[in-house]
Amino acid sequence: MQGASVAVSLAVFAAQLRDRPLRLVVAIAAIGVGIALASGVYLINESALAEFSRATRELAGSADLVVRGTRSGFAEQLYPELALRAGVAIASPVLSREAVLVAGGTLPIEGVDPLLAASLNPALYGELAGLYAQLLEPDALVLSATAARELGVGSGGELALRVGAGVRTLRVIAVLPESVSTRRLGLMDIASAQWLTGALGRLSRIDLRLAPGVDARRYAATLTLPAGIDAMTPDLEEARAASLSRAYRVNLDMLALVALLTGGFLVYATQALAVMRRRQQLALLRALGVRRRELRLAVLLEGAATGAVGGLAGTALGWLIAHWVLATQGGDLGAGLLQASTLAVTAPPLQLAGFAAVGVAVAVAGAWLPARRAAEVAPARALKAGDEQASPDAGDRSRLALLLLAAGGVMAFAPPVRNLPLGGYASIALLLAGSVLLVPVFAAALLGHLPPPRNAIAALVLARLKSGLAQSAVSLAAIVVSFSLMVAMTTMVHSFRDSFERWLGAVLPADVYLRVNPGNDSYDLSPADLTALAAVPGIARLEARRSAQLSLAANQPPVMLIARELDAQASGLPLVAHAGRIDPTLPRVYVSEAMRDLYGAALGGVLTLPIAGHAVRFAVAGIWRDYARSTGSVIVERPVYEALIGEQRYTETSVWLAPGTNSARAAQAIGALLHGGDALQVYTVGALKERALAAFDRAFAITYALEAVAVGIGLLGVMLAFAVQALAQRAEFGMLRHVGLQRRQVLAMLAGEGAFMGALGVCYGLLVGLLLSVVLVQVVNRQSFHWTLDYVVPLGQLVAVAVTLVAAAALTAGLTGRVATSGAVVRAVREDW
Amino acid sequence: MSAPLLVLEGLVRRYQPERAAVVDGLSFTLQAGEWVAIMGESGVGKSTLLNVIAGLDRPDAGSVRLDGCELAELDDDALTLLRRRSMGFVFQAFHVLPYLSAARNVALPLALNGVPDDEIAPRVQSMLAEVGLDWAGERMPRELSGGELQRVAIARALVHRPRLVLADEPTGNLDPKSAAQVLAVLAGAVRAHGGGGLLITHSRAAAASADRAYEFDGRGLRPLPAV
Repeated sequence: MQGASVAVSLAVFAAQLRDRPLRLVVAIAAIGVGIALASGVYLINESALAEFSRATRELAGSADLVVRGTRSGFAEQLYPELALRAGVAIASPVLSREAVLVAGGTLPIEGVDPLLAASLNPALYGELAGLYAQLLEPDALVLSATAARELGVGSGGELALRVGAGVRTLRVIAVLPESVSTRRLGLMDIASAQWLTGALGRLSRIDLRLAPGVDARRYAATLTLPAGIDAMTPDLEEARAASLSRAYRVNLDMLALVALLTGGFLVYATQALAVMRRRQQLALLRALGVRRRELRLAVLLEGAATGAVGGLAGTALGWLIAHWVLATQGGDLGAGLLQASTLAVTAPPLQLAGFAAVGVAVAVAGAWLPARRAAEVAPARALKAGDEQASPDAGDRSRLALLLLAAGGVMAFAPPVRNLPLGGYASIALLLAGSVLLVPVFAAALLGHLPPPRNAIAALVLARLKSGLAQSAVSLAAIVVSFSLMVAMTTMVHSFRDSFERWLGAVLPADVYLRVNPGNDSYDLSPADLTALAAVPGIARLEARRSAQLSLAANQPPVMLIARELDAQASGLPLVAHAGRIDPTLPRVYVSEAMRDLYGAALGGVLTLPIAGHAVRFAVAGIWRDYARSTGSVIVERPVYEALIGEQRYTETSVWLAPGTNSARAAQAIGALLHGGDALQVYTVGALKERALAAFDRAFAITYALEAVAVGIGLLGVMLAFAVQALAQRAEFGMLRHVGLQRRQVLAMLAGEGAFMGALGVCYGLLVGLLLSVVLVQVVNRQSFHWTLDYVVPLGQLVAVAVTLVAAAALTAGLTGRVATSGAVVRAVREDW
Repeated sequence: MSAPLLVLEGLVRRYQPERAAVVDGLSFTLQAGEWVAIMGESGVGKSTLLNVIAGLDRPDAGSVRLDGCELAELDDDALTLLRRRSMGFVFQAFHVLPYLSAARNVALPLALNGVPDDEIAPRVQSMLAEVGLDWAGERMPRELSGGELQRVAIARALVHRPRLVLADEPTGNLDPKSAAQVLAVLAGAVRAHGGGGLLITHSRAAAASADRAYEFDGRGLRPLPAV
């Protein structure tokens, strides 16, 4: 019996949808777009990570442990110690370096002991068999298939590399198939690689296979390694690399979820409007004997069907988006954190089914409240004309709204969970939900305080708005949700960009900058280079720095150490805190905000850093803002660092020019003088800032795109709400036309309503959005990236978007009104209400 | 004898060229102060006729003149203004705006015609009293019965003293007692205001309230004996 009743109810709904399919199409599109974005972003991130993981395992082969230093590596004396240690079956030394190609670009080079490396990697073993003797020659190179393809060099070809300030040509003796490596990579004998890259006696890592029965994690704990060198399992290494981009990826996932939730909200909006419109149909079904729970089930099933279609279509679209983005843009989604040359979508069928299921779940959740409302329809009352305006009780919702807002406020103070701002996200969701529930209260209060207009049409508009609040609140909420999220995101990005620009001004005080190409491991600046530079006409002052990576924790990415000149007050640094007193016996260190969060570096406290194989104690004299490295950085005085490492080599130099000197010409002269070619990068301060800001904008391009889609879905909701309401009121428009309202007056009335509702939604959304932006800036951003931002509201930008949205709402209302007041209006008065 | 209020001459209206006309060569004259009923079978074109007279639909041929004004010469805006000033409508489904009180529903035509605010309230109250609803001004439509709603609609149709009242099945949704009350009010008010009225109905009892009654068959109007 229940099945029959639900089927009849669904048949009635379906007939109505067939008659007016717009509502269904919009709801499906909203869910579909949301799922497409969520699944697309997720698939892109997962595919890039999977590729990264594969590359890690490819290189380490079947190693149980990887012993790794920072970019500059470590002394090879460690190798015999480990190779001879009990419990180690095979130890394979590796030197990883980036070589600069004469033709432009770089090529990662792995220097290995061919026999040992092949014994850890059976696929490699098969390919190198018969090539061992050739590979030992100093100019022999094996290329991966990707590298060979991209460089256009095959077996027997040659490749010119820039080595130091000179050029060296290597012979390609073989090309490895894709089955061995999908990376862009060159393989050499380790001795040749050390000699080629000027890294004699240095290693980057040692891959260990342990004896059978030895537990890798426990064994790693027993190793006593020099400071800055870690032993970790390949799993941990993957996790450490993934943690680099984790916050960025989670933020993108959250943005995609926003689009999905907006879609879910749209389902709620469409279902709620449908239930309001169908009150009499629902009452009729109740009168005919359909029980409450059967009606509820029918509305939920209708939502589920919408979600299923939207979910399936969205998943397919998401897969296509991911496929296209990976094929054309790579997998880093703008942040430059996940790069791989060959990427394919990694999407197990179960995961794809999961996305479609999320679509259903979101749609069912969106239909839940309307379904309850449908079941609550009182047949006798609903069947009577004039009951359309009955609105649900707002009292209970106000209490719930205040509770949600309070909970949102509390969650904003929650600490991060595994370095992710989950409390911040929960806070935003709760604040948003609470604010949406308060929309009808806010609207009613505002409408209640408006003076009665003297103009007849304006009076009609106000009366319609007041009476249709229950329906209008839904479309208002759609505007509030999408606009407030947009305001929050825009304010956060604007604050970030503003802070970043000011930070660039602080950290780039000189006129010209030169640095060693981060891809070149065989070139440093020497004191002699600096002396030569100082003699260049027009150069007034030089300041050299040295950067090096430090590994402070096995499960964290390396920290950047910068050795530079500092005055007593560290006045050249963008400090956010300065210690009043520090231990005067210790050298001072200035730590970035991330160091405080990730390593507990406290102002005025002591921080131990592994430098040149020793654990060196520093006093934390200040905390500075570093937008370049979210994984942590420390600044020490250059003379202190040079004394610790026993050498004077530099990786960067700032150049101040004499007044009247042309900076572009000076940059050119510096590049020519040092003969560094591609090994050196020389930029004027203007060009450097431009590059930095371009990189910033690239990183946020995807954010803007996701945000635009969320707003688009919100507008779609508004359009739908207006269309549904306008079509439902055709009979009313017909009557108004009979009593003498001109068509343009009806349209003006609808456009006025649209503009008013748009303005109301935008004003309220602005307030809510500013509240959310505080959480984004102070909590989510802070906990994700470990840096603070100056809060800046982009008023001009927000006003421009607000005006556009209000105009769009008015236009939408007017356009839907045009349809509703077309020829059929005369007949509409004959339809019952 | 004064000039007729409404003159229809050779009216033709067809919806598709290949099909028979819904109204085919109809001519008719209505004098001021007359309350005339038109009966006919369902689908014969009674409502089409009403729409053409109201200027909501254009005839394919023929002429409609209200107080000597040829409707075919007016554009949509002018027709709208003519309806606003000179016509009143009563519908079967009442079409009382659910979000306005009874008084504000009645006030609508006055406000649209730019009647000063201080004149509107007394005129509305007087009109409501005339239809027996002087107590209902502040009531919302959901608080009124069907008969009361239709009397609000009649008050709205007459409050601006239109020259012509067009009523399309005004008693179709009412019980016999309410229907009789509504018709009495409608006929009395039309006559009292000096305009004319056309009543489209299926009901012989409703037609009995009119001064004259006709049977419409699409081509012409056949006078009915006293009903």
